[in-house]
Amino acid sequence: MELTTRAVWTLIHGMGFGGLYLLACAGAIVELWRRYSPRAPLAADRDEAFLRVWLTAMAVVAWLAVLSGAYIVYPWYRAMPPAMANLADYPQRLLMSNPATVGWHSLGMEWKEHVAWLAPISITMAAAVFFRYGRSLREHSQLRNIVLAFVCISLIAAGIAGFFGAEIDVHAPLRGGSTIVLMQEGHR
Amino acid sequence: MNTAGVSPNGSGAAAVLAAGIGSFALAVIAIAADRISGFGKLMIFYPPTGPLSGVTTSAIAVWLTVWAFLEWRWRKKSVASGKIAAAALLLLILSVLLTFPPLADLF
Repeated sequence: MELTTRAVWTLIHGMGFGGLYLLACAGAIVELWRRYSPRAPLAADRDEAFLRVWLTAMAVVAWLAVLSGAYIVYPWYRAMPPAMANLADYPQRLLMSNPATVGWHSLGMEWKEHVAWLAPISITMAAAVFFRYGRSLREHSQLRNIVLAFVCISLIAAGIAGFFGAEIDVHAPLRGGSTIVLMQEGHR
Repeated sequence: MNTAGVSPNGSGAAAVLAAGIGSFALAVIAIAADRISGFGKLMIFYPPTGPLSGVTTSAIAVWLTVWAFLEWRWRKKSVASGKIAAAALLLLILSVLLTFPPLADLF
């Protein structure tokens, strides 16, 4: 049972950072909605501190997701094959070589590679606004609502990126790099 | 427009509007890099990543610059947060739409 380093980085980028961000988004939306509406009971200091840490962690995870995607995984995805090379090692070219799969690149990757960046921008803004206002967001309902809207749209953007990332990896998985042996045949 | 007892909303409004403008800048720069060959080449900051490296770095630079400027101008003020929120939301929604390839290809 083996994995390649490229497959591991794809996992870290998509299921690690991307998946974690999608999961964390739901929590942030619920907390911002429940505790910071004008009629909500006042949030305890420790709840406010927790949401600060939560939003900061989300911002860090979102940036790690897009940066690892753009600067580690994407160069392997878009690498140009030499003549007569096996396209299985060149995901972008493999997708483009077949009319049945070209859309996963021309629509999927082309959208994903840009829309994903809206997530870290939005959540960094949300974290900054929460740091600045904390519980006084209750008194700024328009500000709270727009922060919530940005977090919701960041969830949609991350969802689009996650969906296409997963499908592209199904149709043209990243291969190559050194091999990591997880289990030897003799260890059954 | 300061309201007694309530902290000014200018700092929050600056962050929100800057995020909208930064997101919109990302979509516009991405379309320009795709449509204008010379600009696309200019956006290759890191060759293995191609124009995406310049598109995203430039958009982040626009976002942070606008944010710093608006924060400097608005931090002690209360501003019309409803209009600013609507503008920021519109810019963000447009960004999602303009990064969608079939719509981006219309330009």
